Amino acid sequence: MTEQLDAGAYNFAYLDEQTKRMIRRAILKAIAVPGYQVPFASREMPMPYGWGTGGVQVTAACLVPEDRLKVIDQGADDTTNAVSIRRFFQRTAGVATTEATAEATVIQTRHRIPETPLKAGQILVYQVPIPEPLRFLEPRETETRKMHALEEYGLMHVKLYEDIARHGQIATSYAYPVRVEGRYVMDPSPIPKFDNPKLGNNPAIQLFGAGREQRIYALPPWSRVESLDFDDHPFRPSKAPHRCDLCGAGHSYLDEVITDDAGGRMFVCSDTDFCAGRRARGHRGRLAAEASAPPPHPSPTRGEGGAPSDGLAQGGAALASPPPRGEGLGAGGAGPEGTA
Amino acid sequence: MTLMERMAMTDQPLLRVEGLTKRYGQRIGCAEVSFDLYPGEVLGIVGESGSGKSTLLSCLAGHQRADLGRIVYDGRDVLAMPETERRRLSRTDWAYVHQNPRDGLRMGVSAGGNVGERLMAVGARHYGEIRGKAADWLARVEIAADRIDDRPSAFSGGMQQRLQIARNLVTGPRLVFMDEPTGGLDVSVQARLLDLLRGLVRDLGLSVIIVTHDLAVVRLLAHRLMVMKSGRVVEQGLTDQVLDDPQHAYTQLLVSSVLQV
Amino acid sequence: MIRIENLSKSFTLHNQGGAVIPVMAGAALTVGPGECVGLTGPSGAGKSTLMRMVHGNYLAAGGSIRVGELDVATAEPRQIIALRRQVLGHVSQFLRVVPRVPTLEVVAEPLLALGTDAEEARERAAALLRRLNIPERLWPLSPTTFSGGEQQRVNIARGFVHAYPALLLDEPTASLDAANREVVLNLIEEAKARGAAILGIFHDEAARARVCDRLVDVTGFTPKAAA
Ligand SMILES: Nc1ncnc2c1ncn2[C@@H]1O[C@H](COP(=O)(O)OP(=O)(O)O)[C@@H](O)[C@H]1O
Ligand SMILES: [Mg+2]
Ligand SMILES: [Zn+2]
Repeated sequence: MTEQLDAGAYNFAYLDEQTKRMIRRAILKAIAVPGYQVPFASREMPMPYGWGTGGVQVTAACLVPEDRLKVIDQGADDTTNAVSIRRFFQRTAGVATTEATAEATVIQTRHRIPETPLKAGQILVYQVPIPEPLRFLEPRETETRKMHALEEYGLMHVKLYEDIARHGQIATSYAYPVRVEGRYVMDPSPIPKFDNPKLGNNPAIQLFGAGREQRIYALPPWSRVESLDFDDHPFRPSKAPHRCDLCGAGHSYLDEVITDDAGGRMFVCSDTDFCAGRRARGHRGRLAAEASAPPPHPSPTRGEGGAPSDGLAQGGAALASPPPRGEGLGAGGAGPEGTA
Repeated sequence: MTLMERMAMTDQPLLRVEGLTKRYGQRIGCAEVSFDLYPGEVLGIVGESGSGKSTLLSCLAGHQRADLGRIVYDGRDVLAMPETERRRLSRTDWAYVHQNPRDGLRMGVSAGGNVGERLMAVGARHYGEIRGKAADWLARVEIAADRIDDRPSAFSGGMQQRLQIARNLVTGPRLVFMDEPTGGLDVSVQARLLDLLRGLVRDLGLSVIIVTHDLAVVRLLAHRLMVMKSGRVVEQGLTDQVLDDPQHAYTQLLVSSVLQV
Repeated sequence: MIRIENLSKSFTLHNQGGAVIPVMAGAALTVGPGECVGLTGPSGAGKSTLMRMVHGNYLAAGGSIRVGELDVATAEPRQIIALRRQVLGHVSQFLRVVPRVPTLEVVAEPLLALGTDAEEARERAAALLRRLNIPERLWPLSPTTFSGGEQQRVNIARGFVHAYPALLLDEPTASLDAANREVVLNLIEEAKARGAAILGIFHDEAARARVCDRLVDVTGFTPKAAA
């Protein structure tokens, strides 16, 4: 999509300075009020909504020529989406790119937080489809704004209550809502709840951009972030009870990969950089030998990796995308197509 | 403290309404309504359809903004208070029982979730306790324990209304607004609901403002009665006195059942 | 305990050309503690009207009705509510209750309203129902389905379940058999003995003679024609 772009014909990072200033103001405000959704005038980008236009605009407003950019899509650096966004900024900003989390200064992500701990000075930019965590309970925007303003968050727990009443536990496993600094309830974008603990106390700056919905919100470094739960049903960041079949990692988020028509499957780290790094350091998983040259990410079917402890229906039927949220409670959720 | 002691103690009204007026353009919704409501009192509001009962109730509950007048709740000026505070009141101290249970329930949420919502809204974070309280309240309104996870859409009209009451009373409000709570229910279901309401009022010391066009309902439920006509209060007093010895021409028509209210 | 002075009453029939019908003027009487006063006079003379005014059910046009400390003629509704709850009991001729409520609850209710412990309230209600010969199998049923005599006894039980300092009795022994009539008369005598002031209408002359200390003929309170 960026073929026709000529670096010389555009502003640094595509957007004009005026627009970037406007976005930076929104980002600063978002950082000043952690978890609060700041409206901004989203611009047309040379890519359709659903390709991360919100994240791209935030990244564009953050980039400086010295930056080293990493782009991941569900943990992988090499999906079409990740590749084209990376190329877009290579062309329009001329910045260096990397796949190594540790070396990146700016990371744009869709649906994951890297396994490698982030450091001070790094910026993690999330692509967000639906920024409003109350949306599926209360469709009226005027009302949800009022609920945030007045901290009326009882409804969020009604949703979790219904989960437990129906499934015996909280079944929400993506876009699991959090409370930021004891104040705003925030949608962390459709990351797996496995990633939720990384949101809080993180030395990096985390920025969230929703293009179609025109909202930016943020977690400044070291923010206090709590996943909503009940005292007797505490939040649990679940993962598949497996090790990565390539690198043997026991504590990374896994994708389930169907390997053949006979129902063969393997579990691999969804974070490709993390997995490759471990293998380079000599770690080996169960299938490492036969998968000596595995397709880097053979169209992983996505899911909890079938964590049986979760007792969820999605166990075997791994999902290709996050399940719609708030089933039965109201207007529904966002697939990856909704990512803006 | 018994109800009697509480009533004897409180010489302060829980709610004081002065000169409340609401217009819809040229038309009067309600005009110059004044009354006091004391803890433990049930005030009935009757009048024919269009007389301003619902308008008055929704202004009192803050669902509509009155044009003129004052509402003082527990010493606080309701119309002057910030919205945050007013909304907090309506989640804690106040309750509103709608005529149509669909307006007062979340039809997509289980009975337990409906009852639990107000608890969670005021900070309850223990699932087991929330569920326990919900079950307790379902029992109090005579909804079988095994219906706790069913949605209200699967309930009969009378059950929905009882669920709405449970959902409203679970946080121990002090002031309950009811708009025709027994309307649309058949007579025996109505009686059951009346009995329930009476017991709750007595046991919890609730103050209630109940709008109805059913004189039999107010006679059994309301301590005091206000009669409205064309947006104005034409008569108020002790319920049985107003019904048995009405002073105003309109009330006399009303009780002689010449009027179809 | 009850002191009525210069009490008057008229009805204005707005829907019949605004006709004003005076029904009582200059009514006066007193009932002391432990005393029972019977109202007499032909039908339509104003016995029930007077009783209703004392109860606060009819509005007085003028004069005063002191019950204990309160002037019912000028009191606020909530003061009358408190009076009825604590001080002034009432046995009317007709039972008015929420359908479906069990008899035992109907009788216990005045105590519950006073904040009496539910267990105790039910025990006292049960004792009274037993004494008034309401079979125990009827207690869980609503009295709305009972015979006239049974309803009357439920009404009496309600009026005597709390030791009201003042009592209004409207034909308490009408439609009762001899045995139950005797129970009611005993209840009245016991109430007097504990100091209750009782104002009543008794068509049953023998009963009247037995419990009433004085009689007041309400014909004397009829407004002078063509005032
Ligand atoms: N939303 C409204 N817009 C305009 N007029 C209204 C509205 N609601 C009520 N009214 C009018 O206000 C008066 C009082 O109506 P309402 O409060 O609904 O009476 P009630 O509840 O006693 O039936 C009527 O004349 C009615 O037509
Ligand atoms: Mg109405
Ligand atoms: Zn791995």
